[in-house]
Amino acid sequence: MIREWQVNAAIMALLLAVPLWALVADEPFTITLTTRAVILALAAVGLNIALGLGGLVSLGHAAFFGIGGYAMGILAHHAQTYTPVMEWPFLIEGTKSMPLIWVTAIVTSALAALLIGLLSLRTTGVYFIMITLAFGQMFFYFAISWPAYGGEDGLSIYLRNDFPRLNTLRPMPFFVICYVILALALLVSWRIAKSSFGLALAAARQNEVRVRTVGIDPYRLRLFAFVISGAITGLAGALFADLNRFVSPTMFSWQMSGEFIVFIILGGVGRLFGPVVGACLFVILEHWLGGVSDYWLIFLGAILLLVVLFARGGLIGGLAGREVAHD
Amino acid sequence: MIDTILKLDGLSKSFGAVRAAKDVRLDLRPGEIHALIGPNGAGKSTLIQLTAGGLQPDAGVVRFAGRDVTQLSMVGRARAGLGRTFQISALPMEHTVLQNAVLGSLGQSGRVMRFFNSVMTDRALKERAMAALERVELADHAKTRTADLSHGQRRQLEVGVALTLEPKAFLMDEPMAGLGAEGSKRLTGFLDTLRHEAPILLVEHDMDAVFSLADRISVLVYGEVIATGTADEIRSDPRVREAYLGENAA
Repeated sequence: MIREWQVNAAIMALLLAVPLWALVADEPFTITLTTRAVILALAAVGLNIALGLGGLVSLGHAAFFGIGGYAMGILAHHAQTYTPVMEWPFLIEGTKSMPLIWVTAIVTSALAALLIGLLSLRTTGVYFIMITLAFGQMFFYFAISWPAYGGEDGLSIYLRNDFPRLNTLRPMPFFVICYVILALALLVSWRIAKSSFGLALAAARQNEVRVRTVGIDPYRLRLFAFVISGAITGLAGALFADLNRFVSPTMFSWQMSGEFIVFIILGGVGRLFGPVVGACLFVILEHWLGGVSDYWLIFLGAILLLVVLFARGGLIGGLAGREVAHD
Repeated sequence: MIDTILKLDGLSKSFGAVRAAKDVRLDLRPGEIHALIGPNGAGKSTLIQLTAGGLQPDAGVVRFAGRDVTQLSMVGRARAGLGRTFQISALPMEHTVLQNAVLGSLGQSGRVMRFFNSVMTDRALKERAMAALERVELADHAKTRTADLSHGQRRQLEVGVALTLEPKAFLMDEPMAGLGAEGSKRLTGFLDTLRHEAPILLVEHDMDAVFSLADRISVLVYGEVIATGTADEIRSDPRVREAYLGENAA
């Protein structure tokens, strides 16, 4: 049996090799497609901290994805129209700087996750799923009905935002940015899983009473997990908007949240690279099968069913076997 | 009074018309094993929940380690030093035996909110965990997944995790359940010495264990403590014989 880290390393290498090949072969669309997969993977890596590690099935992570997207859209929109975002109580200017946009996306989505988490983490199971869904839909309808930023039509940003010393308009540099961020997010996710917090969070997922009995409050653990999770998904939202140079309420839709969950189930719940494999497979299927039939989601559904029925631990589980316990 | 570590003072709890605890008074002194027995449905589970903080009493006070903990949650009482074991093992099954024990050490250390350390290589946590595992004879199984343990080993791990907390008192819910004669005998021997580290409030069905271990026994019937006393006193108490022990008690 192949070891899990070997599978992970191969995936990381492949994700880099494909766009490099595309660069040589002059296939820029393939680079963009890979970038899309990397960004969706990042969003799902965020969700996996809550869902995989913490057992929190959030059907509202599109809220954070959308908040990240709109953080980018709003800041860049004001920068390209030379208007301030707000003047009172203090002046906030728009910006085209990616790092500034990322920080904004992370902070705003983390704050939203804190508020949503404070309320929804009082519930468990189906109620938690429903409450997170409801919050997600609240943001969706809010975005639709907010005419200042395009309402239903969304916001177009003419030029991709700037990163120091890189030409982000070309596909390859932007891919590299996204790839590095994904690698960092995976590193964070891995470290968290091995930490004191991660052990307690995983224990709370499996047996909440046990965690209470050793004097640890599971609510606090889950709230932190939800905030970290939301922040990473929010960052992915900012990158996704930058990739498309377009933000719309679709980013807030519950289908988006559902897709993140599908990535994780396809790849392997709680497995470090589960969301990466799932997102890549999704993008590949979307591209190939989408060209064959408009009803390609039927095939996705069939694959999802097969994975759930026959490959416990998702594709990563199928390749690398049952998760080995931490040493 | 000064010497009691745990004191249940007039605890009452009703579920609708059912009075599961009626003015229960019970205390636990240093160095003793106080056994709580009673027929099924006597309210033992309710009393455990009231003591551990899983339920709030309708009336009465729980005093623990010199303070009123009635308002404290399960988490708060665990931090105050109450080490609990469960009748049905409540352990994260995907985790290894060592991870379970380290979780206990982690709770005891109070430093849970560390996000980038490497918990399983933390020497202090690991030493404390291994020491506890050795005492319950699970050191050789440290790397075994909890799900792969036998029933008896899970019972041992229950006790082991409680040990990592270095509690001021133990609250044990049927630790002998399903252990078999040999396992039961060994755990009895272990609890016999453990009482000198921290007293044990022991809820147990195994009468041999109860009568050989307990310094005092309280008998719970329909939510009421009908008698408290030494093993001999309980054996000869006519109310107890009538309500619970039946003819086989002599």
